[in-house]
Amino acid sequence: MAKTQKVSFKLNGKPVEATVEARELLIYTLREKLAHTGPHIGCETSHCGACTVDLDGMSVKSCTVLTVQCEGAELTTIEGMEQGGALHALQQAFHEEHGLQCGYCTPGMITRAYRLLKENPNPSEQDIRKGIAGNLCRCTGYQNIVKAVQSAAKKLAAAR
Amino acid sequence: MSQTAELKEREQKLQGMGTSLLRKEDARFIRGQGSYVADIKMPGMLFGAIVRSPYAHARIKGIDKAKALACPGVVAVLTAADLKPVKLDWMPTVGGDVQAVLADQKVHFQYQDVAMVLATDRAAAYDGVALVEVDYEELPAIVDPKKALLKDAPVLREDIVDKKDLTHGPRTHPNHIFTWEAGDKAAADAAFKNAPITVREEILNPRVHPCPLETCGCVASFNKATGYLTLYVTTQIPHLFRTVLAMLSGIAESKIRVVGGDIGGGFGNKVPVYPGYVVATVASIVTGVPVKWIESRIDNISTTGFARDYHGVGELAADKDGRIKGLRFTALADHGAFNSHVSATKFPAGLFSICTGSYAIPNTYCRVDAVFTNKAPGGVAYRCSLRVTEAIYLIERMMDVLAQKVGVDKAEIRRRNFVKAEQFPYTTGFGWTLDSGNYHAALDKVLKAVDYEGLRREQAAKRADPKSPTLMGIGISTFTEIVGAGPTKVCDILGVGLFDSCEIRVHPTGGVIARLGTMTQGQGHSTTYAQIIATELGLPASDIVVEEGDTDKAPYGAGTWGSRSTPVSGAATAVAARKIKDKAKKIAAHLLEVAEGDLEWEIDRFKVKGNPSQFKTMKELCLVSHTGNLPAGMEQGLNAVAYYDPPNLTFPFGAYLCVVDIDKFTGEVKVRRFYALDDCGTRINPMIIDGQVHGGLTEAFAVAMGQQLPFDESGNHLGNSLMDYFLPTAVETPAWETDHTVTPCPHHPLGAKGVAESPHVGGIPCFSNAVIDAFAHLGVTHMDMPHSAYRVWQKCNALGLNKR
Ligand code: FES
Ligand code: FES
Repeated sequence: MAKTQKVSFKLNGKPVEATVEARELLIYTLREKLAHTGPHIGCETSHCGACTVDLDGMSVKSCTVLTVQCEGAELTTIEGMEQGGALHALQQAFHEEHGLQCGYCTPGMITRAYRLLKENPNPSEQDIRKGIAGNLCRCTGYQNIVKAVQSAAKKLAAAR
Repeated sequence: MSQTAELKEREQKLQGMGTSLLRKEDARFIRGQGSYVADIKMPGMLFGAIVRSPYAHARIKGIDKAKALACPGVVAVLTAADLKPVKLDWMPTVGGDVQAVLADQKVHFQYQDVAMVLATDRAAAYDGVALVEVDYEELPAIVDPKKALLKDAPVLREDIVDKKDLTHGPRTHPNHIFTWEAGDKAAADAAFKNAPITVREEILNPRVHPCPLETCGCVASFNKATGYLTLYVTTQIPHLFRTVLAMLSGIAESKIRVVGGDIGGGFGNKVPVYPGYVVATVASIVTGVPVKWIESRIDNISTTGFARDYHGVGELAADKDGRIKGLRFTALADHGAFNSHVSATKFPAGLFSICTGSYAIPNTYCRVDAVFTNKAPGGVAYRCSLRVTEAIYLIERMMDVLAQKVGVDKAEIRRRNFVKAEQFPYTTGFGWTLDSGNYHAALDKVLKAVDYEGLRREQAAKRADPKSPTLMGIGISTFTEIVGAGPTKVCDILGVGLFDSCEIRVHPTGGVIARLGTMTQGQGHSTTYAQIIATELGLPASDIVVEEGDTDKAPYGAGTWGSRSTPVSGAATAVAARKIKDKAKKIAAHLLEVAEGDLEWEIDRFKVKGNPSQFKTMKELCLVSHTGNLPAGMEQGLNAVAYYDPPNLTFPFGAYLCVVDIDKFTGEVKVRRFYALDDCGTRINPMIIDGQVHGGLTEAFAVAMGQQLPFDESGNHLGNSLMDYFLPTAVETPAWETDHTVTPCPHHPLGAKGVAESPHVGGIPCFSNAVIDAFAHLGVTHMDMPHSAYRVWQKCNALGLNKR
């Protein structure tokens, strides 16, 4: 067996630990060792964004991050969006605006939009389209995803 | 409350047909709680990874597993030799051919499956793959289908070289699969001879890939103690899949359970039975533990169901006003290494003969010649019924070519040739009976909405201005689709008719569970079917649960592809619900002590005619049906199952218009506007329909503007990752404007037709027509897809448009 090492980080606010080979990608640690199957795999080459997670305040594609790089990090995944039993405004808006079909891109898309709205709470349609360009969706044609992000932005602004 | 307000409130509570009910399936997906095949983890599970061929055509001289087997974590390496004893080294295809499960003596395309490494974890399996040593002797490959039938072409399929016929008629060459024809050649030839105007164009539908975001995969779990096989698999056809597995494995079909689970998009890619599934299944049977196999993206694009690769020739004959008098369409079809393309048995070229489109055309003839090449096998319908995109692309392109030759407007040429509203039902030259349509009205509505005259004036002004940095193109597509396969008298796969089913059980307190033979991959079935039942039974959609995909639970059906869910299973749902309603009516009559004929239905109840205070709600009847207070001789319960054999296919149609601006200096095509009017008959959930149209148009945009699987002369893939294969992002994807008319299907119980594929089928020619229209004033009649900036720039450059 190849050499392994222990990595500790915070996942959706909870401290976790995983024993991994140096070559293991974060997406596999999340999905196979930490039972977080929300982030998906669509390419493993950084193109589709299905694996997007939030790492120390940045959207990253977890298929292109080594787990050993995450020592001490703070990670948020789709599983961490719901707070105290209440859906995040983005989750609600994706539902209300029909921003998903097969649901495969959805966790990555929502996680990306979460960071986008933190960086730019009042994005234009073009800002949103550019902001989610790293996340591919084969089903929706993006139009309703854009609408969902706009609607969530409004709700979040109203709640501030 | 006024009476109408009360009725309205009761109706709204149901959230039945016609309302944009938010989707029931979203709850799990927005929380990251979908259950896709790759998410499944079982105790003791092994991982399979596939060794693939680096060559497109080569002899396998030896396979050395020793190093791989010595690799930590590797449990076994399976090759064709290991599958031979269980007779699973080759499998029959639905196209009447056989296909290697693992390459036996020869590889026929690059990335073909050669061996599967089984290991205790995923990484170890891939370590093993790198250590399997395969000794190849490279052979000359055929990449261009036009060279497949040359006299001295290398023989690809030595295994069937003596077979005179692959169930679709005589073969004329070792690389020939079939020649299929339809219509009346003599009549068509005569029409061309006498016509004042004829046009001819070579038109390619390039090899593309549906590329759903989730790749294919499975977890096979064979229980040695019970002899039961469970397969969790990315499939659009769980029941047919189970039948195929039974045929292949010899396991009784009652001991096989296929589970579709959540599917991350299909678009035709998840219809076929791929070698990986079969090897994983054998591996589980041999090892007695679950085996998981998940494709990589490169595997997915390189080896699983490609689409199209139809090299067409379109010819139309017309009178001097452009009224069409004859049609001849042919295509050379590249089916790759094995004839495993997906099609109903009687339709080796799919529904290609729908190629008369929306037009009344006499004297029609079409022919398809299919050949083997050293490319991945298959040929699936990428968001269409098989070969419908190819057919409609040809006719919609040829209508423009004809308009240019006659010198009339591209909308006008269509009007002159449309089947008129009063001609329906209309039987085409190829024998399809178009059940309903209203083509003139649809086109006129679109032209008015976009101010077509104004657009043409703007275009004329741009053309007159040599300083204009852009070209402007206007594309029209007025397509007719053919969906909802299909009537069992003509449609079967492996002998199983393409009916579909719905079983409904009503519980005492009014909750409903419905199970169907279809398989959603994102189309929102749980919502749409619930709405049908809500309206039919007067019970709220919120309390109706829909299940599909688990063959142990759902009744038999042919799955979801070819937009068949609403046309076939939607109909089955209505029929099953109506059986329940009939029984409920009898119970109501019994309780109210009146004759059945004295009752009338109102939203959610049966009332006594003329005495509205006397009624029984469906909810009350649900409970009573579970008591002894029933008409004499009636059994308890409110359950029904319906198997629906459609009398005909359905023919949704639409009118699309696209405006593009092309940069003369870069070749970049900007879609300024895309207006899509769809007529899918009765609309069950307008929100879901719009969503399907957005998705289909985006996939059409992808095909028209950038998708193509390129190969070099040796058959090497030149673009099989998402780095090269074009999937549009939110930035390139245009904004879509949608509209509709409603022409109900006369033979469907709800008047509904399919819709999700219309935007793909109708969208692709619309984009192409727009791009080519931009060059039409310069005498250009055709440019092949995809219209990438480089290719469009080449055209600009060739025409000298980019000179300042
Ligand atoms: S799986 Fe990570 S970007 Fe596609
Ligand atoms: S909803 Fe299917 S990929 Fe986005």
